[in-house]
Amino acid sequence: MRIELNGRVHELADGTTVAGLITSVTGSARGSAAVIDGEVVPRSAWSEVALREGQSVELITAVQGG
Amino acid sequence: MTDRFVIAGIELSSRLILGTGGAPSLRVIDQTLTASGAAMCTVAMRRVDTSTDGSILDVIDRHGVRILPNTAGCRTAREAVQTAQLAREALETDWVKLEVVADERTLLPDPIELLDAAQTLVAQGFHVLPYTNDDPVLARRLQQAGCVAVMPLGSPIGTGLGIGNPHNIELIVSEATVPVILDAGIGTASDAALAMELGCDAVLLASAVTRAQDPVAMAESMALAVRAGHLARNAGRIPKRFHAQASSPTEGMAVL
Repeated sequence: MRIELNGRVHELADGTTVAGLITSVTGSARGSAAVIDGEVVPRSAWSEVALREGQSVELITAVQGG
Repeated sequence: MTDRFVIAGIELSSRLILGTGGAPSLRVIDQTLTASGAAMCTVAMRRVDTSTDGSILDVIDRHGVRILPNTAGCRTAREAVQTAQLAREALETDWVKLEVVADERTLLPDPIELLDAAQTLVAQGFHVLPYTNDDPVLARRLQQAGCVAVMPLGSPIGTGLGIGNPHNIELIVSEATVPVILDAGIGTASDAALAMELGCDAVLLASAVTRAQDPVAMAESMALAVRAGHLARNAGRIPKRFHAQASSPTEGMAVL
């Protein structure tokens, strides 16, 4: 299936969870978080929430900043 | 120095808080964290970029300093609240440096959106450290909203203009019930020392160090300045006088 990840089309296996997406993209569960269709997904729900076709995901992490 | 610097029940071992923005590399951040002795540093939250090598978090973890995510770039309370929520999930901290700026040219805080966001975040259990104007009334309102510190600017972000209105900073300090952290506008060590002499509990700075010609040396100078200013504040400076007052005795002068 396809989702929009940080503004770009991204291919995913059906049933991929938020936890799966985060570790596959960043290599770690540390330091990242996701917004799906405008809603922040709590860390406690990452392994339960499965992504669906067409969803818009913002995946963010910590970067240098004042 | 026996007095302690405590925010929301957490004691910090340094009164210098380092922003990591503007550093030319992670290596420089690594070195400035060492040189500054900072116990807390800020980060921003942005889209994951898999093309970059290394993570700021690895550097911060190595130093064991507390991480303070910010909401830099947010222009509305809604954006800032959501960014804080993301930071909480990403970094597993409910501390947030709340920034809601009005425009790109001045980067001045938008007081209406800032207070709105602070109230919402406090209600959601966040420990909010707001970057605010040097406005004693707004600082008071942010404290009433439940913020755990207030962080007035000395001058706009990145300008290095120092403390434009020291009287207002003193006013904020004089009625503060939470720590006051001078945030933004520091250009050089004397600005940081002045902030502490005015009674601020700490100084948060980024560009002054990260964009200095020698960031590591400047980080060390800021650590010394913050400590010197704090010592001077506690030592109690002499009152300013209009006329001179001799320090040598006036009695016992030889008749020449």
